Amino acid sequence: MSKYSAYRTPGSAFSALIEKRTVWTAGILLAFCAALMIVSTGIGSEYISPLTVVKAIFGSADPTSQVIVEQLRLPRIVIAVLVGASLASSGAVLQGIVRNPLASPDITGVTEGAALGAVLFIFLFQGTISIHWMPLASIAGAFAIAVLLYVLAWKNGVSPLRLVLIGIGISAAVKSISYMFIISGPMQLANQSLTFMTGTIYGSSWDNDVVTLLPWVAVLLPLTWLQARQVNIQALGDDVASSAGARVQKQRLVLLTLSIALAGSAVAIGGAISFIGLMAPHIARKLVGPSFGGLLPVSALIGAIILLVADLVARTAFLPQDVPAGVFTAAIGAPFFMYLLYRNRNQS
Amino acid sequence: MFKIMGLISFSLALAAAVIGSITLGVTNIPLSDVWQSFIHFNGSNEHLIIRTARVPRALIATSAGASLAVAGAVMQAITRNPIASPSTLGVNAGAAFFIILASSLLGLSGLDALTWVALAGAAVSGGIVFFMGSIGRDGMTPVKITLAGASMAAFFASLTQGVMLTDGRAFDQILAWLVGSVAGRSLNQLSYALPYLAAGMLIAMLLPRHLNVLGIGDDVATGLGQRTAYVKTFAAVSVILLAGGSVAVAGPIAFVGIVVPHIARHIAGPDHRWLLPYCAVMGALLLVSADLGSRYIAMPQEVPVGVMTAVIGVPFFVHIARKGRRAQ
Repeated sequence: MSKYSAYRTPGSAFSALIEKRTVWTAGILLAFCAALMIVSTGIGSEYISPLTVVKAIFGSADPTSQVIVEQLRLPRIVIAVLVGASLASSGAVLQGIVRNPLASPDITGVTEGAALGAVLFIFLFQGTISIHWMPLASIAGAFAIAVLLYVLAWKNGVSPLRLVLIGIGISAAVKSISYMFIISGPMQLANQSLTFMTGTIYGSSWDNDVVTLLPWVAVLLPLTWLQARQVNIQALGDDVASSAGARVQKQRLVLLTLSIALAGSAVAIGGAISFIGLMAPHIARKLVGPSFGGLLPVSALIGAIILLVADLVARTAFLPQDVPAGVFTAAIGAPFFMYLLYRNRNQS
Repeated sequence: MFKIMGLISFSLALAAAVIGSITLGVTNIPLSDVWQSFIHFNGSNEHLIIRTARVPRALIATSAGASLAVAGAVMQAITRNPIASPSTLGVNAGAAFFIILASSLLGLSGLDALTWVALAGAAVSGGIVFFMGSIGRDGMTPVKITLAGASMAAFFASLTQGVMLTDGRAFDQILAWLVGSVAGRSLNQLSYALPYLAAGMLIAMLLPRHLNVLGIGDDVATGLGQRTAYVKTFAAVSVILLAGGSVAVAGPIAFVGIVVPHIARHIAGPDHRWLLPYCAVMGALLLVSADLGSRYIAMPQEVPVGVMTAVIGVPFFVHIARKGRRAQ
């Protein structure tokens, strides 16, 4: 964060003020997120008080609550946080480098590519290779689509809008290819894959999901944060950025790679949960402004909170049904997208 | 003259494709049997296949293909957006969601009722996209309406999947339908949607002159004495009938509405008096041939035709998106 103040308005009191606010906002969000995690862990078919949840986390609750919290609910909550944070960060980076407020991994087809990678993995290697390799498959899928997208959108450079438009087309085609595999495969795989394509964190476990996703997030998020300065420079536009001495195309490649890897690994575990990558960065920008050093952590926290809430609604509102959380993120996300479109209506 | 010959040769090609679609497949059936199965039905396997599977399939592909292509051409005319189509602007997804919702929550299964539901869904999502795409000082820009369409399509697709997953019924058939498939449907289903498709087609075929004028721009059209609001309303009604009706029989088939008008414009030129008939014939031809091809890709399994059209459609989409940006 000191990087940011040095870069924008060196030494002035004004930038210090902003920094303070960013830190405060992040702190409040972090506390809120933690509280939400605890309360949400307690809510379900069997209510457990927040205090008992905290006790259970430290391993000193009664045996029943201990099992429910530790084995059943907590992994899912942790996954919600990890997946939400990854998708939101991926969206924040993408919006920064594409310089289009409507860009997000799901609108441009990167999420669908990741889902296709995972669906292929489910169908080709089901049972023969450990599920821990699934993030690699979906990151590979995301990368393949992103490369295709970039190549197709390239015409004397990549115009952001062309990228988004072509992404929409590719995303539709990739989705129907995933469907094709789902339809032609055996029934139980079909159900699994379709749930996956909607996006859900139902039935997350420590062994399979948390252990698989955590290393990716733990490496990728800090790595992305270290690139904050580059995103800030990219946001100025190609001409300004290159005259400021930035190696625009190379940095863009690094940032795109990070963004895709984040989205890919999140999709591998959470499925194609849509619109978080779009919404969270916008809300974060409202709270702490566009500078990436503060924007990234705040986006990540908001993404985590959105998915926590979506998942809470998804598993409680229609009991005993467990609706995929992706349905709810889409249900809030699409109107939000429309609102953004309305807000930007007079910009071409 | 050239244009009439073109239209005639495409019609002949369509006839050949339909005959191919009826006779070719996992079981190849000679043409003479096709005749026999209608005149002297003898209950044999071949005759059953023809009457219950092949003929409905060919006819559904023909009518859905023609409808979607004409709907796409009309949408491209009124939005002046080269990537407008029932699938990109979310009209198909809306119709599909309404059908799934009605059959799952309300338990509706009557084919006439479901057709109405599909039309309502097409109207609702089309209306929202049209409205959201037109707000702002610069009116309806291609980018705005495409983004609005894409997000509505994503919205309805997610909700559809949610309803399907929680409903818990065996959904392999619904799933195939959701991608767009002309297989496994009966003539009965077509007969319920046909009046709406025909009405939509009729309205569209009455519009060409007006669409030509509208193509110059709203201001000029108004200056020439056209009541643009009326024209757009009629055009929208025809799109809803055509797209909603074809979703009701064949599911939300992607990209036919984009690909065909562009090829047709290449051959027949921008005049809608020629363009719309070309679209109808070529749309039918594309879908019938894609369906025929889909039987051979993974034989004996079948790829839903919606996957085929999506894969065929993307190169066109990309090409148009690249060209479109330069023009602006």
